[in-house]
Amino acid sequence: MAKYLLKNGHLVDPIQKIDEVCDILISDDYVDAINPESVPDDAEIIDVSGKFIFPGLVDMHTHAREPGEEYREDIESASYAAAAGGYTTIVTMANTKPPIDTADRITFIYERAMTAHTRVYPVGAVSKNLTGEQLSELADMAQSGAVAFSDDGYPIANPELMRNALTYSAQLNLPILVHEIDPALSANGQINEGKVSSLTGMKGIPAAAETSMVARDIDLLKLTGGKLHIQHISTSDSVELIRKAKSDGLAITCEVTPHHLVLTEDDVLESGFDSNFKMMPPLRTSDDVEALRKGLADGTIDAIATDHAPHAVHEKDNPFDMANFGIIGLETALLLVWTKLVSTGIIDKSRMVELMSVNPAKILDIPAGTLKSGEYADITVFDPESEWTVNPNDFKSKSKNTPFANWKTLGKVIMTIVSGDIVFKLR
Amino acid sequence: MPFEHDNLWGLKYLSADEILYILDEAKAFRNILERDLKKVPTLRWLTVVNLFYEPSTRTRISFELAEKRLSADVVNFSTSTSSVKKGETLRDTISNILAMKVDMIVIRHSSIGTPQYISRTTKVPVINAGDGTNEHPTQALLDFYTMREKFMQFNGLKVVLLGDIRHSRVARSNIYGLKKLGANVVLCAPKTLLPPYPDVFGVDYTTDIDSALDGANVVNVLRLQLERQHSGLIPSLREYRMFWGLTAERKRKLDPDHIIMHPGPINRGVEIDPDIADADDSVILEQVTNGVAIRMAVLYTLASKIKK
Repeated sequence: MAKYLLKNGHLVDPIQKIDEVCDILISDDYVDAINPESVPDDAEIIDVSGKFIFPGLVDMHTHAREPGEEYREDIESASYAAAAGGYTTIVTMANTKPPIDTADRITFIYERAMTAHTRVYPVGAVSKNLTGEQLSELADMAQSGAVAFSDDGYPIANPELMRNALTYSAQLNLPILVHEIDPALSANGQINEGKVSSLTGMKGIPAAAETSMVARDIDLLKLTGGKLHIQHISTSDSVELIRKAKSDGLAITCEVTPHHLVLTEDDVLESGFDSNFKMMPPLRTSDDVEALRKGLADGTIDAIATDHAPHAVHEKDNPFDMANFGIIGLETALLLVWTKLVSTGIIDKSRMVELMSVNPAKILDIPAGTLKSGEYADITVFDPESEWTVNPNDFKSKSKNTPFANWKTLGKVIMTIVSGDIVFKLR
Repeated sequence: MPFEHDNLWGLKYLSADEILYILDEAKAFRNILERDLKKVPTLRWLTVVNLFYEPSTRTRISFELAEKRLSADVVNFSTSTSSVKKGETLRDTISNILAMKVDMIVIRHSSIGTPQYISRTTKVPVINAGDGTNEHPTQALLDFYTMREKFMQFNGLKVVLLGDIRHSRVARSNIYGLKKLGANVVLCAPKTLLPPYPDVFGVDYTTDIDSALDGANVVNVLRLQLERQHSGLIPSLREYRMFWGLTAERKRKLDPDHIIMHPGPINRGVEIDPDIADADDSVILEQVTNGVAIRMAVLYTLASKIKK
């Protein structure tokens, strides 16, 4: 398929300030032209009337579980799930077994990415073996293609290590992505500390476990320079701290997951303690959801990221406190954002594209986020009208741990294109 | 039948009518316990499995006795003899037990929500014999039975739950049930042993024991888990007794018409002074007897829902 025309789709491309129906000519791996003056005779015409065309979505927070836990997911299956969810790029976290904490292992991810359906970029671990004690070889990993550094899954408890990580990564011009949950305040915690934890006596994780670390790292960022990205924020106070830090001119960004935007601690109780509602950070309160949604709309929150965390049935199908933390998200993220945030008017579709494609690409400095002529033809084709019921048995992911089974959603990814190749097509 | 539910997960889910229905049913069974022949053939057809994943003496024996008094077949299972130690998941254990065609499950487990977890994959009735810190519905029901024997009704009754509310499933089931029954519930504990958000229960709470006990009809003294001291929630058992222990002097604050309850096991000289536990106004052993009748009523009620 050397040349083809996506005809009559509604392109939403905030970088080019396009939000209208147009034709897109694809030539090999790249976008040739928007509304080309002439279309080559041999170009196939794909009619996408009534569909939206987005620059391919970028998930900056995927656990692909390879190497080490391929029974949960691997790079091939994660990227297939990603493609089915409208993502053309995934960024894999370093907390595999063994962790991605050397240049060789960064290279390993790129080698395995040859099997992938989407682009795959690895994050390298901040600390050797993710123990939070000694810096990994950050420069060597950067040279091999690490796009950021993170001990995600573990907080960096030692402020001195965090200080050094920010200082050292500043010279590499790569961000540190942080998982902010104070280990002592959250020890044995299962859910938000609040109404439901009080009603049941379940050990809670206070909002302060997150905000105390966010506040600390903002102070360290002032001290060091560098780039700080806060992962999966969950509380209203985190939004407020980051809003203030941004207004102070600090190089700080943050992300939120779809589930923290649509679920609360009450859902844990109503589900009868279904462990598909168990994740870190925990589901918070409706006030927190409100603040997060406001942060999306006003620009405080830069990105929506899935924190796609596959677990096998035997690891999730347990009483709540015995189940693993985490849920999958690649195949539901866009549907949830569209149904609960865009179609309800909380954000518009152009802001959605910024949050799910433009900004993650910008934060990690990877080529994505726009369909300008000459850019990679990484494209999400989305049918905004079709109604859908989430059925985990349809998932391409190896794992099914989602709280959204049987949810009715609006819209559906009908085609995902990476480098001009159709990698997913809805049947 | 006013009892709508097919399971007993917790009192959070029951209506006042359902609670009163069980208390009424229990009366007949309580009478049976006074007979020479304490056994009836009612549930001859029923096989119950008692799954106890946590140490328990009185609740386990009470359930087993209740089942045997009703002539049910009983299988007991506890962690020390189970394949839990071999690494089997709870789902697999439950599936295997169900494959052997049992009719009812009684479960005690340290994890909150375990009864609901079991019910997610089976219609076999599940009775919660205590799930972590969440609920212990049969204990609360036997507490209510005991209160009603003395006071006939719940309206306007001042009931103090004294002690480690934060970690107490007995307290939670009592709160949910007593609120529905119209009692005036007061929680009293040191602030570290109240839940972080005590308002969620919609009942009064205080750290001051004297105001809590003032004019109360029932004081239900909760067991203080001795490990709370090591986890830093209270400085010492001595200080706990000084400020929150039930002593002879504090007892004088109660309404003259009162009873003293304790779900057991008792730490004598910590949450309650030894002579008080054994005094005439203590109904602690009556609670234990009533517990068998309540469990018979629960078993019988849920069994009659499956018997066609």
